[in-house]
Amino acid sequence: MALLDIRQRAGYLFLAVTLGHILLISAQVNSRGGVPLLEAVTFGVLAEVQRGASAALSSVRSVWSGYIGLRQVHSENARLVRELEEAQVALQQQRALADRTRSLERLLELRDRSKLTTTAAEIIAAGASPDFRTLTIDKGSGDGVNADMAVIAPAGVVGRVVMPSVRAAKIQLLIDRNAAAGALVERSRAQGVVAGSGDELLSLQYVPEVADVMVGDLVVTSGIDGIYPKGYVIGRIESVEKSGGSFKNIAVRPAVDFTSIEEVLVVLTPTPAHEATEGSVE
Amino acid sequence: MRAAAILLAVAAALALQTTLARYVRGTAAVDLVLVVVVYVALALGPVSGLLTGTFAGLLQDALSTGVVGIGGLAKTVVGFLSGIVGTQFIVAQPLPRFLVFFAATILHAVVFMGLYVLLDLRQFEPPYTAVAGQAASNAVVGVVTFQLVERLPGAIERRRASKGRLRR
Repeated sequence: MALLDIRQRAGYLFLAVTLGHILLISAQVNSRGGVPLLEAVTFGVLAEVQRGASAALSSVRSVWSGYIGLRQVHSENARLVRELEEAQVALQQQRALADRTRSLERLLELRDRSKLTTTAAEIIAAGASPDFRTLTIDKGSGDGVNADMAVIAPAGVVGRVVMPSVRAAKIQLLIDRNAAAGALVERSRAQGVVAGSGDELLSLQYVPEVADVMVGDLVVTSGIDGIYPKGYVIGRIESVEKSGGSFKNIAVRPAVDFTSIEEVLVVLTPTPAHEATEGSVE
Repeated sequence: MRAAAILLAVAAALALQTTLARYVRGTAAVDLVLVVVVYVALALGPVSGLLTGTFAGLLQDALSTGVVGIGGLAKTVVGFLSGIVGTQFIVAQPLPRFLVFFAATILHAVVFMGLYVLLDLRQFEPPYTAVAGQAASNAVVGVVTFQLVERLPGAIERRRASKGRLRR
């Protein structure tokens, strides 16, 4: 009998909690204007915990890499010197190419849009749930980081800021199911939209069947979304399939390795498309 | 005391999830918070399971970009039903425990993704491989955690006893 009472109590409690959840979900689904207060406060507090945990982990890793992991440093140094020499040669080639581009830009009277103001940020935590591909960085609105700012890494585009608090910000990675960016194939200039799938690969959508797209082509940002600056690397095309409809099925492998990323750059300069949107709103 | 231990376990799982997940490859990542919810449900019953599920799920939702409450509801359902299974069946061996953790992860995915699709908030490609991978990972971590928690005090006790005999 006592066991039955406990079960009944658990059943009522379950129903009450379920009802509470349904009410909570309904309230948000009906009013999706801004960031809910609960989310903002919890994120702000937990970001500090994550900052501490990340600092502790970093110190352990620095001890490892600074003392224990120095065994093969000589051979690595020789390899790095070789790579530096190669990079210096490549730099000279790039410089020559840039000079040519600048003169072409002057010829075409194009505006110089390459000077982006960025701020470096360290990744302090990964997403709390495996269902969402997010990261937390140690820069927030106090450092000038706002929502919808692009986040890039040396290898390419990382994602965008979705929730800044004062001292931290949450980034939605480009591979998240809800993420997308305007993109174009660098070689043929075929335009499309790169969308995350929650998996390791991205899909390049809305590229017409007749477009010239090949495996290995580089995909870069087109800048039309108003978030990501134009010309930044997204990844390389891994497969191209005919869908039978009007568009191709294209899989893109991101240039950025999202599992090993440690530092990123937040682009503080608004993109020309974003500026144009703001201007039209005003 | 018990509530504090559960809070601590959830916080530790969340801290591990947000720090170590960065270094784990692939989509079949372990949901450590879900492992804690199922563990508590099996060890302490449906009430503890559903309350832990509610708390942990809401906390995880608040730290994600999704709707607050969907993960909470999914973990509440999983915590409650795992607790019921724990009280109705003998789940004291690794294999039954593995099955409960595996089924709980699949149930969690069904409720979580089902709610998102039902509310027309997100579309999911059929995620069979990813969910199966996560279910297997969660089950392995859950079973190992149970074995460790159950065997560790005994092992320490035996070690102490053997040291005492040597001194005499």
